[in-house]
Amino acid sequence: MIELKGIRKQFGDQVVFDAIDLKLERGEIIVVVGPSGTGKSTLLRCINFLERPDAGQLTVGDLQVDATRATQAQILALRRRTAFVFQNYALFANKTALQNIAEGMIVVDGLSKREAHARARKILERIGLADKADAYPASLSGGQQQRVGIGRAMAANAEVILFDEPTSALDPQWVEEVLGLMKQLAAEHQTMIVVTHEMQFAREVADRVVFMDEGRIIEQAPPATLFSQPRDERTQRFLKKILAANPA
Amino acid sequence: MHALNVDYMLGLVPILLSYLPLTLGMAAAGMLCALVLASLLAVIRVTELPGLNVFAKLFISFFRGTPLLVQLFLFYYGLPQVLTFLVSINGITATILGLTLHFSAYMAESIRAAIVGIDRSQTEAALSVGMTQGQLMRRIVLPQATRVATPTLMNYFIDMIKSTSLAFTLGVTELMGATQKEAASSFLYFEAFLVVAVIYWVVVEALSWVQKWLEQRLNRAYQR
Repeated sequence: MIELKGIRKQFGDQVVFDAIDLKLERGEIIVVVGPSGTGKSTLLRCINFLERPDAGQLTVGDLQVDATRATQAQILALRRRTAFVFQNYALFANKTALQNIAEGMIVVDGLSKREAHARARKILERIGLADKADAYPASLSGGQQQRVGIGRAMAANAEVILFDEPTSALDPQWVEEVLGLMKQLAAEHQTMIVVTHEMQFAREVADRVVFMDEGRIIEQAPPATLFSQPRDERTQRFLKKILAANPA
Repeated sequence: MHALNVDYMLGLVPILLSYLPLTLGMAAAGMLCALVLASLLAVIRVTELPGLNVFAKLFISFFRGTPLLVQLFLFYYGLPQVLTFLVSINGITATILGLTLHFSAYMAESIRAAIVGIDRSQTEAALSVGMTQGQLMRRIVLPQATRVATPTLMNYFIDMIKSTSLAFTLGVTELMGATQKEAASSFLYFEAFLVVAVIYWVVVEALSWVQKWLEQRLNRAYQR
């Protein structure tokens, strides 16, 4: 179970969000949507302390962290229970696809290189890149790089995978293969929080869609409900605009 | 003007070459120590480690700001007068020490620049996987920074090899010292110093080949 309670983040004087509450059950898939600049990515980054929240409580599995008093050990423990997929893939440029996936298992989980590589090969098969094991990121397409990024997240065996606009930086021709892989993970009941503008994905895959605007969660509901009967006027306006741009 | 004494020059080559190991040895030892020290200084500077950062800045400032020859004299002739346990310091050790401190100051700055140049998102990715700052540095940042810094560091190494010639001012009979002695007894200064110049040149040229090979190897991961 993942729970966020009263999460607050500000940069200087600017408050990004004040008191965000969000709760997920194991296996639940949440898609966060909303206009740009409303703090969706920042919220995601607060969950693993890539941004340090200024206040609030975080629970991930059996770990509970108070943001104001989080110790370095707690932050590490939190990061080991979560995995992150970056918009720009953020692969380790000096490591092959296989090594990118195995790295965390070796360094963080303390697996032997052999064991980690064996597991990484299985993951490469699952993400359909078995033949690219020894390729470096620079030689992979955007779609392939992002699939390796997802593979790296899968390797962490995390309670939850956080996806920060995983397809936004991709050329259109690679978007489907990445979404396809995410759907595959969803079908395996991987707990995930996905920040995305892909409404069709939200509609098909999400258990719950969360709409954020100006640092607030305005409403959340299963996609069928949220897309067809948005309650709040801001949600209606956003959906109208985005669905006109990308009909789902 | 007299004709070049080629026979003397050819005879001098093996004699001088026998001092090459000492010259290269001092440079290699200095380079290794300087690499370690420079990496430490660079990490301190990048992470702005409290307390040590000021020290690192001061260190770099001093050893970049004063001539190597002055530093060597300071260590070899000066310091033992103050720190009496250093009286037994020999010229070779003093040279290696001087080269280490002097060049680490320069190298720290190029390593620092290389570290800062590593894409920030890789740092975040490593943290998100659960790595500590130390693991992140060792596994992700430093290996890549090494690649970026290698051409510059090789230049410093070349410079260091040539700078070992200053050891002769501390009474060390290395390549330069030996040449000086040979020339003084034969009075064929031009021939002797020409030979030693060519020896330095060939060594540096050989190193440039190594550098090229090394850079190609390090760039393997980045070819499309």
